[in-house]
Amino acid sequence: MGEAIAFYFIAACILGFAVLVVSTKDTVHSVLFLVLDFLFVAALYVLLGAQFVAAIQILVYAGGIVVLYLFVVMLVNLKRPPEANSDPHRKTQWGFALAVAVLVELVVVTTYSYVRPIQPLAAAAATAMPVTGNTEEVGWLLYTSYLIPFEIASMLLLVAMIGAIVLAKREL
Amino acid sequence: MITPTHYMWLSAALFIIGVIGVLVRRNIIIIFMSIELILNAVNINLIAFSAQLQNAVGQVFAIFVIAVAAAEAAVGLGIILAFYRNKETINIDEMNLMRW
Repeated sequence: MGEAIAFYFIAACILGFAVLVVSTKDTVHSVLFLVLDFLFVAALYVLLGAQFVAAIQILVYAGGIVVLYLFVVMLVNLKRPPEANSDPHRKTQWGFALAVAVLVELVVVTTYSYVRPIQPLAAAAATAMPVTGNTEEVGWLLYTSYLIPFEIASMLLLVAMIGAIVLAKREL
Repeated sequence: MITPTHYMWLSAALFIIGVIGVLVRRNIIIIFMSIELILNAVNINLIAFSAQLQNAVGQVFAIFVIAVAAAEAAVGLGIILAFYRNKETINIDEMNLMRW
């Protein structure tokens, strides 16, 4: 019962703040709503027992990425509102129509999962890991089965860092 | 009782809000934030199934998604800054240099 109340409260906050992020006129307010949205997603991860990912979510998203967004919003000093002179021939209703198409697809997939419920995967659950606790479990997987993807991710971050510096530098 | 299906519905709704943001808004910074919302929706699904199957691999992949999202944000915002320096705009209707 308590879990259900927590889930519905967090879900309502996530969706409400997401709508505010997308619909607010002021870009700075939009970024601040994005922080709140990320924090509630982190709360959802705690509810699911994934404390390590929740901590990463707060550190990387709410701490790092959002600061990056705020920097960019404040560096692009806009004298006129960004959406002031939009293309008059642009068809916004097509955007909504495409979003509805994606929604229908997702609803079909989700209702299909009612028809064929998830089979309990005994084999996957029985993988023996000599550890206890969420962080230890994730770390064990990262440094054993997923070591090469982990190293590739670190290379990706290095390349992204160099790319961002090259792009943002005034002249090389 | 909260089942993985509840999490799937939440994730689908968050995904749709992100898609609407990408397709409807013209401010490129808000479009980037909508992409972050979409990636968060994916992560919610991964973590929900990870909890359902009692298997931490979903969390490992969620961490990879977060790493890729961080790289995407850094490079994307660098491109926005470089473009703004040349064209003085962040409206994607005016980003048509390569349109023929």
